Amino acid sequence: MRVRLVDIAHARSGDKGDTANVGVIALRPEWYDLLARELTRQRVEEHFRGVIQGDVERFELPNLRALNFLLHGALDGGGTLSLKTDAQGKVFSTAMLRMVLEVPESEARRLGLPGAAS
Amino acid sequence: MSAPGTKQIVRVASGQGFWGDWLEAPRRQVEGGAIDYLMLDYLAEVTMSILQKQKERDPSLGYARDFVGAVESILPGIAERGVRVVANAGGVNPAACAKAVRAVAERHGVAGKLRIGVVTGDDLLGRLDELLSAGHELRNMDTDEPLSSVRDRVLSANAYIGSVPIVEALGRGANVVITGRSTDTALTMAPIRYEFGWGESDWNRLAAGIVAGHIIECGAQCSGGNCLYDWRDIPDLADVGYPIVEASPDGSFVVTKHPRTGGRISIPSVTEQLVYEMGDPRSYITPDVVADFTSIQLEDAGRDRVRVHGIQGRPPTDKLKVSIAYEAGYKAVGTLVYSWPDALEKAERADLVLRERLERLGLRFDQVLTEFVGASATHGPLAGHVRDVPEVQLRVGVRASEKAPVERFTRELAPLVLNGPPSVTGFAGGRPKVEEIVAFWPALVDKRVVQTQVEVS
Repeated sequence: MRVRLVDIAHARSGDKGDTANVGVIALRPEWYDLLARELTRQRVEEHFRGVIQGDVERFELPNLRALNFLLHGALDGGGTLSLKTDAQGKVFSTAMLRMVLEVPESEARRLGLPGAAS
Repeated sequence: MSAPGTKQIVRVASGQGFWGDWLEAPRRQVEGGAIDYLMLDYLAEVTMSILQKQKERDPSLGYARDFVGAVESILPGIAERGVRVVANAGGVNPAACAKAVRAVAERHGVAGKLRIGVVTGDDLLGRLDELLSAGHELRNMDTDEPLSSVRDRVLSANAYIGSVPIVEALGRGANVVITGRSTDTALTMAPIRYEFGWGESDWNRLAAGIVAGHIIECGAQCSGGNCLYDWRDIPDLADVGYPIVEASPDGSFVVTKHPRTGGRISIPSVTEQLVYEMGDPRSYITPDVVADFTSIQLEDAGRDRVRVHGIQGRPPTDKLKVSIAYEAGYKAVGTLVYSWPDALEKAERADLVLRERLERLGLRFDQVLTEFVGASATHGPLAGHVRDVPEVQLRVGVRASEKAPVERFTRELAPLVLNGPPSVTGFAGGRPKVEEIVAFWPALVDKRVVQTQVEVS
């Protein structure tokens, strides 16, 4: 079944130069493993294709049930050079949460994901 | 104030997350309950260059002037209750900042109760040529270009300095410590380190102090502000409580806020702040220690209380980060609003008309960026197709090394109101302003070339 990332995670983003960082945090601790499996570097790179210029780095923080992504070339030069509304990458977090994951029905039921038949 | 080493808990309160943050926050932190230290962070990356320009116009300026008002609002707390203040409000002129603070204390008759510590040595602007000729290239950490390529346009250059000089100022009895470009996290870690007597190779505890600093350095952003998790039900943001760290000698600490304030401190609110502006979580590099964010353990410790423990650190590098600001041309951003029906289509057409006119004028820009606010400005193509929206804001920005084309661009927007696509409004603000761009150049320098000084008076 299709699961919206916004229904199973929250997020915050910020900037460092022309790079936006997006921290994605599982809404429930037991959903972290699913996030860690599904949110691969490649998936995130595909999601932001055409939106960012550079590549994506990915880091795991199982202690915080969080993943951290660095989106390079995301901010049109970054800082004061950028002409973008979101020059500091503050809402890349919510752009990330637009992702939709494909999760097997049985797993979705077992994890109690929103929308899964119980 | 009690001697260091006697406290079992040290309370450090955050009263300002950036220059421009809530003016009420410092006073609320001092009056809302018991705290030992108030830390105020005023400096963002480009703030130093703005302050440098102010100092060039008037040698008595160049610091965060809000700080003087903040100190004024909490003088009784400092003078009578022994609250000590640590702030990087000094900008490029910590001495002038100290003078202004002393003047306001004199006006209130409490100057005798203030011992002001001033930390300097971070300012490298006057030493740049000496450093460059000694072989320090100060290459841009992002692009690897040497600083020589923009040397003649440099406005300010400051090394990020750590906790050591702040600890020294506190040790010499300062109850107001004013620094220049201290790291944000050192403002929190230094008082804790001072009180508990942590040594320079107490890596895990120093790292814990840094993590505490990271959690509270953005003010209410860890106590319910800008918090996506459960945002609708975060109580009473109008009365939001700013965060307080209650540190213990073993390096563990509790993040909390004053009772009867709004907002919320929870594992999700603290986690959101922990990942904010994060790079490689295993290596959060500071002048004092490298903190490992993958070692942080969070634990629910009651209402609006999160306990943080388990933090590991390791020795720092032999470099300091340097924040350099340089002139990088001019920019302007203008907007118009188009209404239903076909709001987005009209805005798109207006953009084409505008671009064609700029082209025919022969204006050369390094960049022209068009955004459609209400349709795709923040999420781009990820937002999908917008349906029948009531209005869309056309937002066009240009950037150039010369001022003239940017100036001319600002004259080309308003005519569209009468000679472009229909149903347009929202131009009452007048012509866009031409802004000078001050860009940020991050670099590294050998630690040994930066010597800090501390004066307490």
